[in-house]
Formats: sequence, structure tokens, C-alpha cells
Amino acid sequence: MIKHLLSITQLAPEDVTRVLDTADSFREVGTRVIKKVPALRGRTVVNLFYENSTRTRISFELAAKRLSADVINFSTSGSSVSKGESLKDTALTLEAMGADAIVMRHSSSGACHTLTKWVKASVLNAGDGTHEHPTQALLDLYTIRERYGRLEGLRAAIVGDILHSRVARSLTLGLVKMGAEVTLVGPPTLIPPEAPQWGVDVSYELDGVIPKLDVCYMLRVQRERQRQQYFPSVREYSRIYGLSRERVAQLPEGALIMHPGPMNRGVEIASEVADLPQSVITEQVTNGIAIRMSLLYLILGGGAGEVSDVA
Amino acid sequence: MGGSPRGRLMERDDIGRAVTRIAHEILERNKGAEDVVLVGIAARGDDLALRLAEELARIEGEKVPVGVLDITFYRDDIGLRAEAPEVHETRIDFDVTGKTVVLVDDVLYTGRTIRAALDALVDFGRPRAVQLAVLVDRGHRELPIKADYVGKNVPTRRDEVVRVALEETDGEDAVVVEEPQA
Repeated sequence: MIKHLLSITQLAPEDVTRVLDTADSFREVGTRVIKKVPALRGRTVVNLFYENSTRTRISFELAAKRLSADVINFSTSGSSVSKGESLKDTALTLEAMGADAIVMRHSSSGACHTLTKWVKASVLNAGDGTHEHPTQALLDLYTIRERYGRLEGLRAAIVGDILHSRVARSLTLGLVKMGAEVTLVGPPTLIPPEAPQWGVDVSYELDGVIPKLDVCYMLRVQRERQRQQYFPSVREYSRIYGLSRERVAQLPEGALIMHPGPMNRGVEIASEVADLPQSVITEQVTNGIAIRMSLLYLILGGGAGEVSDVA
Repeated sequence: MGGSPRGRLMERDDIGRAVTRIAHEILERNKGAEDVVLVGIAARGDDLALRLAEELARIEGEKVPVGVLDITFYRDDIGLRAEAPEVHETRIDFDVTGKTVVLVDDVLYTGRTIRAALDALVDFGRPRAVQLAVLVDRGHRELPIKADYVGKNVPTRRDEVVRVALEETDGEDAVVVEEPQA
């Protein structure tokens, strides 16, 4: 496997399959009375979060704990970071305390990559700026594969603010890598100009895309983007790009509705749509723990120093 | 295929007879199949466990529950190898608490796999007793562990490889001792 997980592009299709297959076993662990295995006993995992996050941090924390690793949560408020400590000094301090892996979220794209140059510990990207969020993409791939038994040939649309979404970037690259057909949907202002080079289709309207989808993936719309004038009003956005009851009726039967959370009910997804049986949003959360266990196990369960470093 | 074969220790019929005998021994020792459950250790222990269950059903007319256990997460050498060990399926969809669990594996060697299996098993409940059935005991124990039911005792050198092939996964039934690979 790899030493660091910075980007979904590091993984070959067979690596992705291995991560998903291993996650299957960890899913089973999650159904036991004792949801814990001793695989990473004695290892230390640090959650270093420079941006607010509830679900990703808790998910990583639970994943590490279920592997019997020791977990340290380090968030920037109330820590030495608020006293002006640099990322490098913080990382070196954590490493001096014996961290084997650092899970980092940071507002700057590429921060995780930079971190790998300073520390010997493995670095796992939990979201860096508008760049990538590879563990989210892998848990989404897992959730889709679980329902369809495959990824190849599936048709997926990712709808919303593609431009600022690290989830969209990672998931698109992951889906394309695994042979799925991806359409990116959103207002022209929120589709990155380089998107066609990712091997995807682009559409500025949702209605024409809906009837042929296996997966409809809705992205969170940040209201501040409206203030930055990427779209005229939240209401208009919701009318054109929101997943309403009427649009769901046009989806093929059994098509999955997904969302990385946290949701704006009534904006990008109608509240009753989020609660439909075909919406797998809570399954995504459950699967996230298994995927992160899988990644921590595969990255930390190998020998020190012998793994190939792709960073 | 690995190194050159030193010899075939068991053929299809030998394995069949060993499984039948072990089934009888399990019934004798436990005075029937009541409260007996089988848990095979992946890979191949699970295939053997299913065969044992078939024999038990044939002899006693009683179906015993069969589970499969992957011990990877309980190994004592995680982090000592270049790659994290490959993971198999675990499926124990019955309660082991109060049962007599017969662990089933193909080869008993250092005993470390069984140590891991015992640790894993107690995470599923509290069995009344745990017994161990193996097709081949090749010696060289590194832990105080002993099998209750043995298909065949085979003296080996440490550097030899004992390979159990089963129809279900390998397409044929055989136990082979191979010289170490150069």
C-alpha cells in the first residue's frame, strides 16, 4: 500500500478495490457486540483539524479507537495554534510525542502534501482546501458498490458547487478511475473550467440528466457563495438544481440519492427526499468508519520503512 | 506451486477418513452434538468445518451451526511485515456464549494462529469450552497450545512447507510437504 493518503489519484483501481474489500471486514466488526479489534494496539493517531469538522473527525476517531490505537484530538481553537504556532512546529511537536499517523484537515490546498516533507509519520488527508477529500470519496465508492455490486458502467451525476468542493473532485476522480460515467451538474460559475479534462460530461441543467442516473450525488451549497455572487439567490438555485420530490420521481427506480453532509434541507435537497429509502446518506456515515478503519489498517499495518512512498 | 514436493502425506480418501474420525471423536467427547458449534479459521479451516458439520449431520442427524473466523486483526505480527496482512471474511451469525466451540484449522504449527483465534472468539461471547480440531499437526509449537482432535501428526523440519489443498478452494484434496523455495 501507500505511506500517505493525500489524493485519490495515488491509488490504482486495484488499490481502491483492496481498500473497499478490507472495509467489508471492518463493517462486520462494527456489527459485533464488541466493536473493537487489537490490530493497531500501541499505535498513536493524531487528528489535527485546522477547520471545523464534526463527522469526519468523529469518524476517524472512532475508526482509530476500534482498531485499538490511541487517539489524540488536536483542534486549533484552545491550542498552541491560537498562540501563533506554525503548522510545521505543531506537526514536529506531535511527532515528537510519538504520532504514527496524522489525520489532517486544513483550509489550504496542498497542506497535507507539505506536511509529509516534515514528518516521518503517515499523513492522511481529511480535506485540504478545495483540493481533495479522498476518504470521503472512498466511502462513497464503497456505498455505491455495496448497492450495485460494481462501479464499472454506472452513471452518476454530482450536482452543485463543483468548483469549491474537494468532495466532488475526489469522488469524480475515483468514479472515473473505477470505470463509472460521471456528469457534473451545476451553474456555469460553479463548474471548474478544467472539468472536461477529468473525463466527465458537464451539464448546466439537472432535469435532462436525472432520468438516466444510477447515482444522484448532491453537494452542500454554501450560502456565502451567493454573497460572492456565484448564483443570484438560494431560492433560484434550489429551484434549478435542488433535488425535489418531482425530480426524484424522474429518477430510474432504485437509483441512489447521496449527500456528503451536512445537508441544507430545503436547499440542495428537499427534506422529504433526504428521508426516502433510496437515500443512503446515513449509510454513507456508517460506511465511513469502516473505510477509515481499512485505510488506517492498510497504511499502519504494514512494516515501517519498507512501503513505497508516492508523495 | 511452491518448492519441490517431498511427498504427498494425505490423499483425498485419507482426508475423508480423517474428517469422519474427528467427527466421531467430537461426538464421543461431547456426548453428542448438542451445544456444539464449529468455527473454521479462514482460509481452509472454514471448508474443513463445513465438511465436519456434514459428517456430524450424517452420523448424528443433527445440524450444528458453522461459522468462519478471520484472525488477521488479532495477529501478533501486524507492522512487522512489509504489507498489512490480507483480510478474509468473518461470519459467526450465532451466539457462542454457553456453547462448546470447536475451532477448526488445516495445519497446527507455531500455535500463534490459534492464540489469535482464541482472542477473537472471546470478543463474540463466552463459550462454555473451546476445543481445537486440525487436519495436520506438524509440531514446532511456540505457545502452550495443543489440539484436541488431529487428522494426522506429521514430523517436519521448520524450513519445510506443509500445504493443504482442498477441493473447495484448490480443486483437489491433498496434503503435501514441500522443500523450502530457493
